[in-house]
Amino acid sequence: MKRENFSLANYIFFCAATIAVFLVCLCVGSVGISPANVFQSVLSFLTGGDIGTAPAGKIIVFVRLPRVICAALTGATLSVCGAAMQGLLKNPLADGSTLGVSSGAALGAVLAIALGGAMPFFANAGIVPTAIIFAFVSLFAIIALANKLDSGLAANTIILTGVVFSMFANSLISLIISFSGEKIKPIIFWTMGSLADANYSNALLLLIAFLTASAVIIKNAAELNACAIGEENARHVGVNVKRVKLLILIASSAAIGICVSVSGTIGFVGLIVPHITRLLTGPNHKRLLPASAFFGAYFLMLADLLARFALSPRELPVGVITSLIGALMFLSVFYRASRNK
Amino acid sequence: MRKNGRRCKRITYNEEWRKFMLNVKNLTVKRSGRDVLNDITFKASNGNWLMLAGPNGAGKTTLIGAISQSLPYLGEIEIAGKNAAFVPRKKIAGFIGVLEQTNYVNYPFSVYEIVSLGRYSYQTGFFKVLNAEDMEKIDTALNAVGMYHLKERSILTLSGGELRRAFLAQVIAQDPQIIILDEPANNLDLQYQKQIFELISKWIEDTGRLCITAVHDLNLARAFGTHALLLQGGKLFGYGKAHEILTGNNLADVYSMDVNAWFEFLNDAWRK
Repeated sequence: MKRENFSLANYIFFCAATIAVFLVCLCVGSVGISPANVFQSVLSFLTGGDIGTAPAGKIIVFVRLPRVICAALTGATLSVCGAAMQGLLKNPLADGSTLGVSSGAALGAVLAIALGGAMPFFANAGIVPTAIIFAFVSLFAIIALANKLDSGLAANTIILTGVVFSMFANSLISLIISFSGEKIKPIIFWTMGSLADANYSNALLLLIAFLTASAVIIKNAAELNACAIGEENARHVGVNVKRVKLLILIASSAAIGICVSVSGTIGFVGLIVPHITRLLTGPNHKRLLPASAFFGAYFLMLADLLARFALSPRELPVGVITSLIGALMFLSVFYRASRNK
Repeated sequence: MRKNGRRCKRITYNEEWRKFMLNVKNLTVKRSGRDVLNDITFKASNGNWLMLAGPNGAGKTTLIGAISQSLPYLGEIEIAGKNAAFVPRKKIAGFIGVLEQTNYVNYPFSVYEIVSLGRYSYQTGFFKVLNAEDMEKIDTALNAVGMYHLKERSILTLSGGELRRAFLAQVIAQDPQIIILDEPANNLDLQYQKQIFELISKWIEDTGRLCITAVHDLNLARAFGTHALLLQGGKLFGYGKAHEILTGNNLADVYSMDVNAWFEFLNDAWRK
């Protein structure tokens, strides 16, 4: 019989692979820096030493390192939340943005870019804090609305409320874009998703979001299994379905809100990575959730590598890369899986 | 109206429970202002097989929903002497296991994973790992429904009869004091119908516990039930021993047709 849980050996293997991918992404870039130099710079940065005045060291420590960390954390968060939402709502088309919180965060970011920091209530607020505030306001607005519509929080109510809220927020974004004049370019670029502005404070924010959300989600793996099999069935075996729903919805949407605030809307990762992972591990969330987090990290690190390296020095929006590769990868994996049935 | 009762932690004990596992008092369920169930009162004891009968819309499924604490209701439902509305969800699962009318699964869970979910309410700790007792109960349940050899199969590849048996195994693994089945043989071929009813019969015999079953098929109700509860338009028409309740006269009233004559006619078809 297959082990139900992710074993220690699994964790060690996946962590080793993470480090490998991480190092590759750190060494490859539009500015050619030898791996030896990369290690030297990182090592001296970590030990508090001098990174030297050469641009290579600065690029590694202040541009590439935070960027790869942010990519890994964003990818892991998007995937683990997507996997949780697909199980919770028993819907293979769900992902972390199903509840509409990412649209709310995007609205905040677009507003901040369009007004150039001249917000009426909090002057000079940056894009990230504005987006996070919008994400949390929308999260509570959506949960309150869904709860009002249907106190049982049925999956369909949640999905519909999320779709309606997303449409509403997106139409406001379109409205802002149509009045934005010369700001239109940064807005469009932001909505396509980019990790170019990554820094250490963003990385810390993402780390907190990832650890909190994944702890809540992985703790509820058994409950997610029950919900993915059927809500009524889950209730009958003793799951407090409403409590689990609120926990997962709030944890994953808050984390997704933070991801979107930091790196824009990076589509497809939260939808595709859990599906590909499920084909490998099966639908049991005790294996699916940790594996999804790892695969999501690899996927976004490599996609971001491609985004900055493929047509360098020109940078591509990473959201476009993830959607392109994700769609093709999914087709091929799905095709092979259905042929082997 | 209480909603899956979490209002207070007070649990009242009633000594009568040693005799009656389930005690339903003045149960009323309203849906959009209409009484779907109206003032139902009955007691059921261990070792009984209670059949819920009545035409479509009589309230069989609603009664099951209320007893399993999935619906808001008025009145009181005592399980093993405790007011069920005040018992937490996870504890309820130790008392009541439910086989729903239909199970539709989206993801390729294995049969073993479906059945092991029945042990959810017994699991503790961060990772909720199955212990030796859990595994033993799961294996016993899989063997009881004759699906041990299929335990690694994806639930999506099962036939209708196998799917029902997999979920029945889940309920058996849950090891509850009361098993509630909603149309367990619905849409199943005769051999599976026979298999499932014999299986439940054996479960009651082995455990000496209570089983409540909603059935359309009055033949099955009469053949297997020790007791019967006849519903008509949300009201209790009659409750008692199966052979005293499921009689030609009662059924003629509830179904507004001569049920005896109809069964005679159907049986005659085989003698031609």
